[in-house]
Amino acid sequence: MAERAVAINRWPGAVAAALVAALVLGTLLAVVLRAEAGRGLGPAEWAAIRFTLVQAVLSAVISVALAIPVARALARRRFAGRGLLITLLGAPFILPVIVAVMGLIAVFGRSGLVNVALRWAGLAEISIYGLHGVVLAHVFFNLPLATRLILQGWQDIPAERFRLAAQLGFGPRDIFRTLERPMLARVLPGAGAVIFAICLSSFAVALTLGGGPRATTVELAIYQAFRFDFDLGRAALLASVQIALVGMAALIALRLSRRDTFGAGLDRPARRWDAQTATLRVTDTLWIALAALFLILPIALVLADGLPGLARLPSAVWRAAGVSLLVALGSTGLMLALALPMAVAAATGRGWLEAIGLLGIAASPLVIGTGLFIVIYPVADPVALALPVTGVVNAIMALPFALRILVPATRDVVQGYGRLSASLGLTGLLWLRLVLLPRIRRSLGFACGLTAAMSMGDLGVIALFADPETATLPLQMYRLMGAYRIEAAAGAAVLLLTLSFGLFWLMDKGGRGFADA
Amino acid sequence: MKYLSIATGLFAATTALADTPELTIYTYDSFVSDWGPGPAVEKAFEETCACDVKFVGAGDGAALLARIRLEGERSQADIVLGLDTNLTAAARDTGLFAEHSVSADYAFPLGWNDPQFVPFDWGVFAFVKNADLDAPTNFRDLGASDLRIVIQDPRSSTPGLGLLMWIKTAYGDQAPEIWEALADNIVTVTKGWSESYGLFLEGEADMVLSYTTSPAYHLIAEQDASKDAVKFSEGHYMQIEVAGKLKTSDHPELADRFLDFMVSDRFQSIIPTTNWMYPAVTPASGLPKGFETLVVPDKGLLVAPDKVQALREEALSEWLSALSR
Repeated sequence: MAERAVAINRWPGAVAAALVAALVLGTLLAVVLRAEAGRGLGPAEWAAIRFTLVQAVLSAVISVALAIPVARALARRRFAGRGLLITLLGAPFILPVIVAVMGLIAVFGRSGLVNVALRWAGLAEISIYGLHGVVLAHVFFNLPLATRLILQGWQDIPAERFRLAAQLGFGPRDIFRTLERPMLARVLPGAGAVIFAICLSSFAVALTLGGGPRATTVELAIYQAFRFDFDLGRAALLASVQIALVGMAALIALRLSRRDTFGAGLDRPARRWDAQTATLRVTDTLWIALAALFLILPIALVLADGLPGLARLPSAVWRAAGVSLLVALGSTGLMLALALPMAVAAATGRGWLEAIGLLGIAASPLVIGTGLFIVIYPVADPVALALPVTGVVNAIMALPFALRILVPATRDVVQGYGRLSASLGLTGLLWLRLVLLPRIRRSLGFACGLTAAMSMGDLGVIALFADPETATLPLQMYRLMGAYRIEAAAGAAVLLLTLSFGLFWLMDKGGRGFADA
Repeated sequence: MKYLSIATGLFAATTALADTPELTIYTYDSFVSDWGPGPAVEKAFEETCACDVKFVGAGDGAALLARIRLEGERSQADIVLGLDTNLTAAARDTGLFAEHSVSADYAFPLGWNDPQFVPFDWGVFAFVKNADLDAPTNFRDLGASDLRIVIQDPRSSTPGLGLLMWIKTAYGDQAPEIWEALADNIVTVTKGWSESYGLFLEGEADMVLSYTTSPAYHLIAEQDASKDAVKFSEGHYMQIEVAGKLKTSDHPELADRFLDFMVSDRFQSIIPTTNWMYPAVTPASGLPKGFETLVVPDKGLLVAPDKVQALREEALSEWLSALSR
C-alpha cells in the first residue's frame, strides 16, 4: 500500500530499463540476424550448460552462506579500523580476473603458501584445480559483495528496534528470530541471484581453475562457436540460454524477497546489548579474522609480487591508466543516470525492473561486443568509438550490482517516508534531493565505488575494438603479459589495483561520510 | 610488370603530396602493442611509402578472421596481417582476399606457394621448461612420466590448437591414446597463452606449451639462460603467420608495396626480438645473437591449409572426450 504513497514519476525508470533491455537484447538480435545456418546445440553445449549451472549455484550458495556470519560479526562489533577493513574486504570483487587468479594460486597453488606449509608439516598436498577450485575462486570474488549486501541489511534495521529488543530482554536467539531472520529473508535471495548471475558468465576463471575441458562454461562455448566455427547462430542461442537462466534466477529471487521493511528510525548507530557474551565475541572475532585472511592474503601477495615492477613501468602503461580513469568515471556517471530512476521505479512497485537490470551481467560480453560492432559498423567506425562503447558496456555490467544496493535502500525510504513526503507535497526532483538522496547516500557511494572500480578492472569489450592509442590499463596489462614482460605486467597489476581501489575507497567513503560516525 | 609498379609508385607519391593515403592494417593485438613489432614496422614503412600506416588490433588470429568475416566487403582494411596456416583456408573461402605477386626465399622448411597469403614470420611449438630439468623427448614418454604441464584450450588459443594438430599429425588414429596418457600430466588448460606462461613462471607446472623461441626472450631481453625448450623426436608442429591484401582495398598498389616490404630485410629484422618468432626470410645480417642457442627440430610438421578444417573437428572431439573423463 505504502508503495503508491510517493507521487513520483516512474517513467524515467521505465525508459532507463527499456534502454538497457534494448542494448542487451538488441545486440543479441543483431548477432542472430547476421547468423548463417548453424548446427544448434549439441551434447557438448548441454554439458557446458549443466556445468555452468552447477558451479554458479554452488558459488552463489556458498558465498552467501559464508557471508552471513561475517556480516553479522561486522554488524555486531565496533573496533578500530572497522571501516577500513570493510572497504578492504571489497577488494577481491574489483580485481581484474587474471590478477585474482594469480593471487589465489600464490596461496593455494602447487607452490603456494598452503602447500609449502603442508609439505613442511609432512602432510599431503592439496590441488586447487577442479570444481572446488572454481567455487573457491568465485567465493573469493563474491564473498565481499555478499558480505556488504548483507551487512547493509543489518545496518538498515533501525537502531530503535535493537533498543526495544534490549529493553524486552531479548537474547541473541530472540533477536535472530524477530529481527535478523526476516531481514535475511529479504536480503539473501537478491544477493544470491546477483552472484549466481555473475558466476554464470565466468569463463577464464572456470577454465583455468577447473583444470580443463570438464570445466567448460557457456561463455567458453560461445567463444568456441564464435571464433572456432564462426557459428553466430549458436553463439546467440547460447547467449539466450544464459539470459534465460539469469532471468529465472531473478524471478525466483524477486518472489522470495518480497517482504515488508522494518519501518523508519532516527538513523542512530545501532548498539547491540545482546552480543556482549564472551562466546559471541570470540566467534565474531574468528569469523572476521578468517574472512580477512582469506580475502586479503592473495591480494597482498599480488602486491608484493608487483611492487618491484612498478618503478619500471613503461610510459604507455601510465597513459593507459589515464584512459581507464576516464572510462571509469564516465561509466559511473552513466550507471547513476540509469540506476537511480530504475531504483525509484523498482521501489515504488515495479520490482521486475530490477530483473531487467540483471540482464547486463547475463549477457555474454563477447555477444554484446559483437552485436554492438554489427550495429555500429554500418554508420560509424567502431574503433573510433572504442572508449565510449567500453564505458557504456561497463555501466550496463555494473547496473545489476548498483540496483541490488540501491533498491532496498530506496524501498525503505519510500515505505518509511512516503506518506509524510506526500502529505508535505514533496514530489519529483525536490523529493529526490531532500528525501531520497541524503537517505541513500551510503548505498549510493558504495554503488558508485563498485561501478568505477569494476569498470577500471574489466577488460570488457575494448579488446574487440582497440587501436594502439586507446588501450585501457587492463588491456595494456594483458599486452605486457603477451610480450613476456611478466614483471612489468605484475607492476601494472599493482597500479590497476591501487587505482581501482582508490576510486572505490573515495566514493564509498564519500557515501558513508557521517553515517558510520 | 616492374615498369608498371614503378609508374604506379610515382603516381602514388605525387598524390601523396596532396593527400597522404592511409594504409589500414588489421592485425592481432600483440602485434600493435607498444612491445610488439607494430610501432617499428609503422615507422620503417612510413619512411619509404609517403603514406600513413594505421594498425588496428583485434584479439588474436582467430578473432581477426571473425572480424573480417563480420565486416565483409565493407571492410576498411587494406591488409590483414596475422592469420596462420590453420586459418588461411577459411580466410580464402570468404572470397575477400586478392592474389599477391610476392616471391621470396623463405627460411622455413616445406616451402610456400599460396596465391593469396604472404608469410611474415614462423614459429615452432614446443614445451618450455627450466634448463636444469631432465624432460622426456616424446609424447609417449611424457604421458608415462609424472611431469606436470600446462597447456592452452584449442577453442580459445592459437598455441592450444597447435598442440592439437601436433599430436594429430604425429600420431593420427593413436592421438586419443596419447591424450588419455597425458590427461594426468595436465595441471590445467588456460584460455590463452599468457595465463599458461604466467602459471609456469609461478612454478605451477614443470613445462608449458609455448614456442622454441620463448627461451630467446629470457636470454636476450633478461640475460637469463635458465629456460629452454625440449626437442621432441616426433618432430614439431609449425605455425606460419601470413598477411593478405583485401580485394576491396582503396590502395591496392600501396598494399602490394607493403607486402613486398614485409619480406624485406627492414621488416624481417624487426621480427625476432619484438614478436619473438623466426623471420620468414632470414635478414642479410642473420638472426640476433642468442637465437643460435635455440632448439631446432629434426622435422617440421604442418597440415595443409585445406585439410585443417576436417582434421581439427576430429582432433577437437578426441581431445574433449579424452580430457573430460
